Amino acid sequence: MSRPLTADQVRRIALLARISVDDDQVAALQHDLSAVLGYMDRLRELDLTGVDPLGSVNESPGVLGEDVPGPTLPIDALRAMAPDSYDRFVRIPKVIDEGGGA
Amino acid sequence: MTSTLADIASSVREGRTSAAQLAREALDRAQSLQPRLNACLQIFDSHALEHAAAVDRRIAAGEGHKLPLAGVPVALKDNICLSWGRTTCASRILQDYASPFTATAAQRLIDAGAVVIAKTNLDEFAMGSSTENSAFGPTRNPWDDSRVPGGSSGGSAASVAARIVPVALGSDTGGSIRQPAALCGVVGLKPTYGRVSRYGLVAYASSLDQIGPFATCVRDVALALDVIAGHDPLDSTSTPAAHTAATAEIENPVAPLVIGVPRQARSSANHPAVAQALDNAAALYARLGATLVEVDLPMTDYGIAAYYIVALAEASSNLARFDGVRFGTRAALKPGESLIDLYCRSRADGLGPEVKRRILIGTHALSSGYYDAYYLTALKARRRIKQDFDRAFTDQGCHAILMPAMPEPAFRIGEKTDPLSLYLEDVYTVGVNLAGLPALSFPAGFAENPRLPIGLQLVGPAWSEATLLRVARMFERETDFAAQTPPL
Repeated sequence: MSRPLTADQVRRIALLARISVDDDQVAALQHDLSAVLGYMDRLRELDLTGVDPLGSVNESPGVLGEDVPGPTLPIDALRAMAPDSYDRFVRIPKVIDEGGGA
Repeated sequence: MTSTLADIASSVREGRTSAAQLAREALDRAQSLQPRLNACLQIFDSHALEHAAAVDRRIAAGEGHKLPLAGVPVALKDNICLSWGRTTCASRILQDYASPFTATAAQRLIDAGAVVIAKTNLDEFAMGSSTENSAFGPTRNPWDDSRVPGGSSGGSAASVAARIVPVALGSDTGGSIRQPAALCGVVGLKPTYGRVSRYGLVAYASSLDQIGPFATCVRDVALALDVIAGHDPLDSTSTPAAHTAATAEIENPVAPLVIGVPRQARSSANHPAVAQALDNAAALYARLGATLVEVDLPMTDYGIAAYYIVALAEASSNLARFDGVRFGTRAALKPGESLIDLYCRSRADGLGPEVKRRILIGTHALSSGYYDAYYLTALKARRRIKQDFDRAFTDQGCHAILMPAMPEPAFRIGEKTDPLSLYLEDVYTVGVNLAGLPALSFPAGFAENPRLPIGLQLVGPAWSEATLLRVARMFERETDFAAQTPPL
């Protein structure tokens, strides 16, 4: 864990995060990410046996809203946000039969 | 003598000036200082003047009593959505993004009669401590334009310090209100998690993010908090408990008063002017009758590690929505490229280097085989950090904990290039977010040669904003740090 990240590890993380990286960036990221992750390893000094994780200070159970239809944003407003649209739809590249894994 | 927000609003309501006049003055000052400070990402001009005219019409129609901020010019950090203009988060991926709705906190200011003059600069997606990570160039500190204003809400802090607007909103995930308030010599409040609605705040780390106000004095921060606080059905984390007005008893000193000073806040790494300001403030409170006690926050050394794991894990999830499909900019695809390529290239083109680093670290911390070692461990450390604070408040009876907001005054733009060295600036602020507590940063001294403001913070138990503001007001009445203005 405290070992510096390999180039392959950085490429794998970048793919998981859906961010393209070129070879120069991989080298810089190996350095930057390893430095930060190495710093974070100090948490291993702590004895945290029996400590409950705290995901949010708001630990009360969430209150469910009533399941009733309310106003929604107009289709035109949603379409205006998208980089590419056609009629009432957001347009994306073909995802079937391309091996894109989507 | 500067007018308070309450003075400004009464002079508008009573016809001594108008919302339109104040808006014109604020717009002129924003425009004239923009080349020097780059505090704003948009200045609204005609839109602000229309809003101001509408406020003046409401006053003419006898509705002035409903407008506690009648005609008060405000600025909003550009990660707070408005249904006009753009909400860019200082990112290229959102450079043309027009939100279809307005954030609750912004709407409450507007409903109270405030007029939005500008959207302010920030570190991209609020990720930074210096406002150097903006895709649209850094903001410069009004006290010394070769230096950073702090971050990530640097544009909002600089706008208030430069007297462009008397009040502005920022957001604080790990110190992003308190740090720039300290470096720009203004007051900034990070409210209790759940006090102010986050609806319409572009999410960075949802279990930590909180919107809060900047102003030039404690009373103005109290009034701004009273306007924006309170339950919002559109944010499930906003508290249903009623907000008790912080302005009501602001002039009443807290007595008896117990103030804790953490052992860890007297670090040898503090700049001498920061150490001096802390000693002076503790002495002043003692003179005012407070009991000063030493408190122990043994987890201080682990706060940054825990914070960056939690925040970046949440960020990697929150920022997955910026994928080139539904929002923002999309990379042009070459023939044969897939949807995955579209995601990867759009994000590579649209996000800045620090945002990418943070997403990658967060992704790693959540990934199979590393989740327990990083994320789960950080959440356990988070519990211990909260328990440190709880002990000081409950066992030692502290009303507030006094400590620096930052270990040093404003540093030079470009001086810190290593990401980790910037993260270490957050040592005094991140624990507060992990524990969900309120904290107020206030001007408490100056470093000399060059003359730069020093800020301290008061941290209180959850929901104790009104008390914190009263404690800070006690200090402010005895000192003139907050009244000093930058040499612009």
